[in-house]
Amino acid sequence: MPELGKYAVEVASAYVVSLALLGGLVWLSLRQGARVRAELRAVEARRNRSDG
Amino acid sequence: MQRNTGAPISRVMSLWEYANPKKFMQVSGAVLPWVGGLAAACLAIGLSWGFFFTPDDFRQGSTVKIIYIHVPAALMGINAWLMMLVTSLIWLVRRHHVSALAAKAAAPVGLVMTVIALATGAIWGQPMWGTWWAWDPRLTSFLILGLFYLGYIALWSAIDNPDTAADLTAVLCLVGSVFALLSRYAVLFWNQGLHQGASLTVTQDNPISDVFYWPLVTSISGFVLLFLTLVLIRTRTEIRRRRLQALLNRERRT
Repeated sequence: MPELGKYAVEVASAYVVSLALLGGLVWLSLRQGARVRAELRAVEARRNRSDG
Repeated sequence: MQRNTGAPISRVMSLWEYANPKKFMQVSGAVLPWVGGLAAACLAIGLSWGFFFTPDDFRQGSTVKIIYIHVPAALMGINAWLMMLVTSLIWLVRRHHVSALAAKAAAPVGLVMTVIALATGAIWGQPMWGTWWAWDPRLTSFLILGLFYLGYIALWSAIDNPDTAADLTAVLCLVGSVFALLSRYAVLFWNQGLHQGASLTVTQDNPISDVFYWPLVTSISGFVLLFLTLVLIRTRTEIRRRRLQALLNRERRT
C-alpha cells in the first residue's frame, strides 16, 4: 500500500466505491446479454423446428 | 428489428451501413474482444499507476489520487449524454433503429459514471473544501444531469411502443443536453463556484504537472474504452431483445 497519510480513508473509499459500481455495471450488462441471447436462441430453434 | 430492405441503392461504402442491425452485429462482435481487452489494460495501468506510483500534492496530500477516477468519470458522464444526443438526432432524422438502441444502451452507463463522479467528488470535497456538497454551478448542473439520466431511463421503460419511446426519449435527451453542457462550461461564466476549471486542456500548457498528467490520460483512455465496450455489449443485447420480441409477436399471430 502507498503511504496515504491522514486521508487514507477518503482515498481508499473513493477507489472502492467506484470500482464496486463499475464492476456491478459490467456484471449486470454481461448477465442481461447472456440471458437475452439464450432466450433468442431458444425461440429461433423452436421456429426452425416448426418450419421444417 | 427491421429487416434490411433490399439492396443498397448506392454501392459506395458509407457510415450508414452500420445502421443495418445485421452488419452492426457482425462488426461489433468482431471488435468487442479488442476494445474490451484494451479497456481493461488501460484501466488497470492507469488506476494502479495513479494509486500506487504518484506523489502526493503539496496542498491536497494523498487526496489528489482521487483525480484518476473523478475526472474520467465526470468526463464520461457528460460525454455519454452528448453521444446519446448525437444518436438520438440520427434516430429522429434518419430513423435508424440501431442508433436509437445505442442511445438507450448508453444511458445506464452514463448514469453510473455520473454517480461515481458525484460520489468521489463528495469524498474529495469533504477534506478539501470542508463540505460534501455545495450548490456550486458546476456541481448543481451535474446533479441535474444525473436526474435527467434517471428520467431518460424511466421514460424508455414507461412506453410500450418502441418507436414512440425512442421519439420521446430523444426529445428528453435534447433538453437534458443543456445541463450536460452547463456542467462542462458553467465554471467559465459563473465564477462564484467552488469547483476549479478544467484539469486538462488540448493546448501545451497543462494546468497539472507531468507526474499526474500521464496516469490521468491513461485512466481517461480506460474509461472511454470501457464506455465503448459497455455500449457495444448493451446495444447488442437491445438488438437481440428487439428481434426476440418480433419473433414472439409473429408466433402469437400464427
